[in-house]
Amino acid sequence: MSKNYETVIGLEVHVELATKTKIFCGCTTAFGGAPNTHTCPVCTGMPGSLPVLNKKVVEYAAAVGLATNCKITQKCKFDRKNYFYPDNPQNYQISQLYLPICRDGHVDITLADGSTKQVRIHEIHMEEDAGKLVHDEYDDVSYVDYNRSGVPLIEIVSEPDMRSAEEVIAYLEKLRQTIQYLGASDCKLQEGSMRADVNLSIREVGASEFGTRTEMKNLNSFTAITHAIEGETERQIDLLEAGKEVEQQTRRWDDNNGESYPMRSKEDAHDYRYFPDPDLVPLNISDEWLDEIRSNQPEFKEEKAIRYREEFGIPDYDIGLITDSKKLADIFEEATAECGEPKKVSNWILGETMRILKEKSLDPEDITFSPANLAKLIKLVDGGTINGSVAKEVFANIFDEDVDPEAYVEEHGLKQVNDEGALKACVEKVIADNPQSVLDYKGGKVQAIGYLVGQTMKAMKGKANPGMVNQLLKEMLDK
Amino acid sequence: MANVIDDETIDYVGILAELELSDEEKEQAKGDMSRMLDYIDKLNELDTTGIEPMSHAFAVSNVMREDLVTNGDGSEATLANAPEKTDDTFIVPKTTIS
Amino acid sequence: MGILDLTAVQLGKAIKEKKYTALEAMEAVLEQIDKTEEDLNCYVTIDKEAALEAAKKAQEKIDAGELTGPLAGVPVAIKDNMCTKGMKTTCSSKILGNFIPQFSSEAVIKLEEAGAVIIGKTNMDEFAMGSTTETSAFGATKNPRNPEYVPGGSSGGSAAAVAADECFFALGSDTGGSIRQPASYCGVVGMKPTYGTVSRYGLIAYGSSLDQIGPLAKDVTDCATVLEVIASHDCKDSTSVKREDTDFTSALVKDVAGMKVGIPRDYFTDGLDTEVKQAILDAAKKLEEAGAIVEEFDLSLVDYAIPTYYTIAAAEASSNLERFDGVKYGYRAKEYDGLHNMYKKSRSEGFGPEVKRRIMLGSFVLSSGYYDAYYLKALKVKAMIKKAFDEAFSKYDLILGPVAPTTAPKLDSSLSDPIKMYLSDIYTISVNLAGLPGISLPCAKASNGLPIGVQMIGNVFEEKKLIRAAYTLEQILGDLELGGVRA
Repeated sequence: MSKNYETVIGLEVHVELATKTKIFCGCTTAFGGAPNTHTCPVCTGMPGSLPVLNKKVVEYAAAVGLATNCKITQKCKFDRKNYFYPDNPQNYQISQLYLPICRDGHVDITLADGSTKQVRIHEIHMEEDAGKLVHDEYDDVSYVDYNRSGVPLIEIVSEPDMRSAEEVIAYLEKLRQTIQYLGASDCKLQEGSMRADVNLSIREVGASEFGTRTEMKNLNSFTAITHAIEGETERQIDLLEAGKEVEQQTRRWDDNNGESYPMRSKEDAHDYRYFPDPDLVPLNISDEWLDEIRSNQPEFKEEKAIRYREEFGIPDYDIGLITDSKKLADIFEEATAECGEPKKVSNWILGETMRILKEKSLDPEDITFSPANLAKLIKLVDGGTINGSVAKEVFANIFDEDVDPEAYVEEHGLKQVNDEGALKACVEKVIADNPQSVLDYKGGKVQAIGYLVGQTMKAMKGKANPGMVNQLLKEMLDK
Repeated sequence: MANVIDDETIDYVGILAELELSDEEKEQAKGDMSRMLDYIDKLNELDTTGIEPMSHAFAVSNVMREDLVTNGDGSEATLANAPEKTDDTFIVPKTTIS
Repeated sequence: MGILDLTAVQLGKAIKEKKYTALEAMEAVLEQIDKTEEDLNCYVTIDKEAALEAAKKAQEKIDAGELTGPLAGVPVAIKDNMCTKGMKTTCSSKILGNFIPQFSSEAVIKLEEAGAVIIGKTNMDEFAMGSTTETSAFGATKNPRNPEYVPGGSSGGSAAAVAADECFFALGSDTGGSIRQPASYCGVVGMKPTYGTVSRYGLIAYGSSLDQIGPLAKDVTDCATVLEVIASHDCKDSTSVKREDTDFTSALVKDVAGMKVGIPRDYFTDGLDTEVKQAILDAAKKLEEAGAIVEEFDLSLVDYAIPTYYTIAAAEASSNLERFDGVKYGYRAKEYDGLHNMYKKSRSEGFGPEVKRRIMLGSFVLSSGYYDAYYLKALKVKAMIKKAFDEAFSKYDLILGPVAPTTAPKLDSSLSDPIKMYLSDIYTISVNLAGLPGISLPCAKASNGLPIGVQMIGNVFEEKKLIRAAYTLEQILGDLELGGVRA
C-alpha cells in the first residue's frame, strides 16, 4: 500500500420495537405463528383499509431519542416511501423523511484502550417493517408472509463518525444496551430485531472530502459486521490502488463466503417519491407528554453502577459486568431483595449463569428463570440444606425450566446428609476399602485425603455435607 | 409547449409507476403530460413565499390508538382474493436478483 | 302515485306504517331495474337474490321492532368504490374485476345498521377518475333524463340510479365534485359533507386528502336523513372528525331570513353557459325574495383550483394505486417474465387510459427534482385557496354558484380532450381542496331538456346552513318536472 487510508463508517440501525401490536393496526407482533395469521386488512394493504398510529411506538421512539441526547421533533409527520416489492403490501412504506421524530443526538462509546469517543446521531425515525419472502428451492417462485408487515421499527442513522470495526461494535453495543434498558426492544441481531446497514467509504488520511460510499446489508451478527467492514475496506482500497473508482451501490454481505455482492436491478430507480401520508394526521408531542416520557426513563448503566457501589458494596468488576445488561441487573436486584446476599447473587450471575449462557450461545435477554428461585437456591445453600455441587445441579434446572429449588430438592431427594452416624458409617467403609490412600496419607501425603473425600461423596451420591466428611475423615485417620 | 416530455422521462416514469406503455400510448402520454404540466405551471404565477404547505384542510393531530391486540387470525381473509397462493402464503415470481 | 314515486324518507315511513313492506320496495326497484338498466347501465353488480333476502330480513327486524329508523327497509345503491363484504367491489376497473372484499366500509355498515337494504354496486369512472362515468371498464352509464348524454361522474351510476328510480337513494364519493356534478347533470340532490364527517374506512382511495363519501338522493330531506345516518366518528380513520352536531335533519326548515349568501363574481365568467348562469341567478333571486341577503363578491384564485387539484389528486392517486399489483388480489397478467414484468403487465392491462394518465402524472410530480416545483407548490396554493374561503365565510353564511359550466355533455364528447374535461370541474374542485361541505340541487330545466343544478358551499362543519338554504329553495321551486326514462 503506497498511501495511508482511513475508513469512514456511518451506520443505519433498524430496531424492532417491543410493542404488543403493529405500528398501524391491532395485529400482534409476536414472533412465530403460521404464515399470514398475524395479519389484517391494514397490514396487508387491502383496498379501503386505513392506518391508525400506535401511541406506544411514539413513546418508545421518543424515549430512545432522549436517551441518545437527541432533539425531539415535537411536530412531526409520517411520509410514504414508494417502491414496488412484494414484501411491502401497499408498495409504499410508511416512514418519516421530512420531519423525523428525533434529530441531532450522540452517544459516547468506550474503546478497548479505555479511550472514549462521541458518535453523533443524525436522526431517528419511525417506520413499518416489511413482510417475509421465502424463495422456493426448485421453482422460480417466492412465497410471501405478511406476519412481520407493519411491525414497528425505528431507524437510527448515525453521522459518518466511526473509523474502525471496533468503534462500530462499541457503538452498536452502546445502542443495544441503552435500548434494552428502556425496554424498547430486545435488540437481537440473529433474530433481526436489531439490524445494521454499514455505510463505508475510504479516503486518504488527512483528506477533508469523503470518498464514494457503499451500503452493506445482511449483517446479522457482530462477527459478520466486523468481517464485512474488513472485507469492504480491503475491496475499496484495492479499487483505489488500481486506479479505479468506487461505485456508489448497495451490497449484500455473504458471511459464509466472506464476500459482498452488489444488489442491483435496473428496475430499482431509488426515487422513492416521498410525500406526507394523507391517511395520517400530524403528531404534536406536547411538552407535558415529553415530560412524562422523560420521567419514565429508567436508571441507566452509569447511575446504576454508582448506586450498586453504595447500596450493595460488591466489587466494581462485578458491577461492571452486571450492569452491562439490563436483564442481569434486574435479576441481580430482585434476587438480592429476596435473599439479602448481594455478593452471592453476583457470584451466581457471573459464574454459573454466564457459563451456561456461553455454553448455549445465548444472550442475557434469553434468560427466563425468575430471580426469586435463584434467591431460594442461595438460601438453601446458606441453610445447609444442600451442598455446593448439588446447588449447581439444581441451578441448571432453574436456568432451563425455572423450577422451584425447594420443591426440586425435595422431589429428587437432594438434601444434604448431615446425620453424623450415617456419615461415619460411610467414612469407615471408604477407609476400609482404600488402604493404599490411607497409607499415603499417613505417610505424609496430605492431599490423599481429597481422594477419600471424593469417594465418600460418591458413595453418598453427592449429598454429604462436605465439611463434615472432611472433619470425620481427619478425625479417624489421625486417630 | 413549455414542458417537453421526452422518451427517457416517459420510460423513467413508467419504471417508477410499474406501467408498460405501447409506443402509441407513449406518444399519447408524452403529449398529455406536457400539456398538463404546462397547465400546472399556471401555479407559478402565484407568489407562495412564506406560505406553509397544507396537507390537511384543517388541523387535526395526535390520532392514535392504545397498544392492544384487537385482531385474531386473519389469514383466511388475507388470502381470500389472492391470484396465486399456497395454503398460507401468496405466490410471486422469484424475487432474488440473479 | 306508485311506490317508486316515494322519496326514501316517505318510503321508510310507509313501511313503518305497514303500507308497504321492505320486500315490496325491493321488488319494485328490481322491476324498474329490469326495465331500464339495459339502456342506462347504472350498476356494475346486482345480486337480486341477496337483495330480496336482505329485504326480507330487514322486514322481519322492522316487524320485531328492532329497526325503527327512517331508512329501515329502504333499498339503497352503493358506489362501487366502497367495500361491501362478500359483494364484488371493482371501482369499475378490470384490475379489481373479481375482487370480493372481506369487510364492509364504515358508511355501508352504518346504513345496514339503520336497516337500509343494499341493491348492488353502481358504475363509476374507473377509480373515480373522470367526470362522465365513461372511463368505467364496464361501459358508460347513460343519463336517465336523456340517454344520449352522460350522467356526469365519477358517481354517475349512483346519480343515474336515483334519477331513474333504480334505487331510493345512493351513496357516492366526491374527490373533486364526483357527487355534486353528476347530481346536477341527472337532476337529483347530492351532498359532499365536510372532510372527516363520514369515515373513509373501506372507501377505496383516489385522493385521500380530498375523498369524502356522501348521499345522492331524490330531495334535500333524504340527503339530510342519509347524512345523519352515515356521519360518524370512526377510530379506524385517522382523518375522521368527532362531531356533536350531526342531527342534520333538524335543519330541514324553510327559513333563510337574514342568511348572508355570497355569489362569487369570478364564477360567472366566459366559460359559463348563459342558460346555466341565468338559472343560478334566478335561484339566488328566489332566496333573496325569501329573506336572504344576497351579495356578489370576489372569491379569487378560482383559476388555480384545477391545476392545484390535479397535482395533489394525481400524486396521492399514484401512491394509493400502487397496491394494485397482481400479488394480493385483483388482476394478474396471464403471461409475464419475472417480478417486475408481472407488475408492469398486470397494471398496464388492468388499468384504463385515464387512470394510467393520472398515475403517470402523479409519479412525475413526486419524482426526484420535481417535488418542490409541483407537489409542494400545489400544497401551498391549496393553503391560499383555503384562506380565500376563510375570508369569504367571515362575511357570508354560504356561497352560491353553479355546479358545472354547462348541462350534461353528450356521450363520447369529453374523453378526447382531458384538460377540457378537467375544466368542467372548476366550480366543485376548490370545495374539496378546502375540505368544505357542498350541496348540489336541481334548480331549472334547460332548453335542451336537461337539468341544471345549483351549488351551495358552506364553511367547515356548517352543513346545517346548507341544508336549511337548500331545503328552502327546494320548497320554493317545487316540482321542476325534469322528466326522464320513467316519465
